Amino acid sequence: MSPTARLDAAFAALADPTRRAILARLATGQASVTDLAKPFSMSQPAVSKHLKVLERAGLISRGRDAQRRPCRINPKPLAQVNGWLEKYREIWEENFQRLDGLLEEMKAVQKKQSPAKH
Amino acid sequence: MYNTEALKLTLSGDREVVFTRHFDASRQLVWDAMTKPELLKRWLFGPPGWTMEVCEMDLRVGGKYRWVWRGPDGNEMGMGGVHKEVVPPVKIVNTQLFDQDWTGGEAVGTLVLTEQNGKTLLTNTVRYASPEAREAVLKTPMEQGMAMGYDRLEQMLTTSK
Repeated sequence: MSPTARLDAAFAALADPTRRAILARLATGQASVTDLAKPFSMSQPAVSKHLKVLERAGLISRGRDAQRRPCRINPKPLAQVNGWLEKYREIWEENFQRLDGLLEEMKAVQKKQSPAKH
Repeated sequence: MYNTEALKLTLSGDREVVFTRHFDASRQLVWDAMTKPELLKRWLFGPPGWTMEVCEMDLRVGGKYRWVWRGPDGNEMGMGGVHKEVVPPVKIVNTQLFDQDWTGGEAVGTLVLTEQNGKTLLTNTVRYASPEAREAVLKTPMEQGMAMGYDRLEQMLTTSK
């Protein structure tokens, strides 16, 4: 999978609330399918299906232990998603900093126009 | 210095982006700056190097708005929509569609201003047509941003001598 295709897959995987909850759980430490099925009150096959999507998107990796196959989070694609968010935030922050300047000007004008209080 | 005014941006659900930001001004002033074309044109530039060329606002329910920006290389980017709800100086709900429709359908924006002790909290929620649309919006400035980052670095290096 190309890096772009993988990121597209990461976004698609993150669009599902159950998969986001699974990732949030894995952020606190690795877990097996059984561990994950319990709090989500889901069947193991249902959890396995979500895990497959997350694994294909590169968001998690699974251990080799045939019995447990513990899942752990892969921080790299998530960091990339955050990178996008940060860039977008920066652009808006620049706009809003200009707005701060404009508001200061408007406040000064308002002060001048309103008669002084006695 | 810790900047308490900094913009917070969060992803909500599978297709929303939520902005929150404090402004050190009354709600009425923030409302004016966000709704009067001559004032909007002074700050809403989009990415660095872009300026707002067209700003038409019919601030009534059912009224249309249209914004066009021009980039450093002469490229134009336009968007517009219809005001669905207008409650001065508190709330605007509008539809948002870019001319190139790179967001894959209309988005809905909800702007809410709350005043606390003379300061104003802005909460802007944009709900995109699909999870893919939100992804496209977040990705685009990233791709442009890489090139712009280098431009700015070059500028800094040449002006600092």
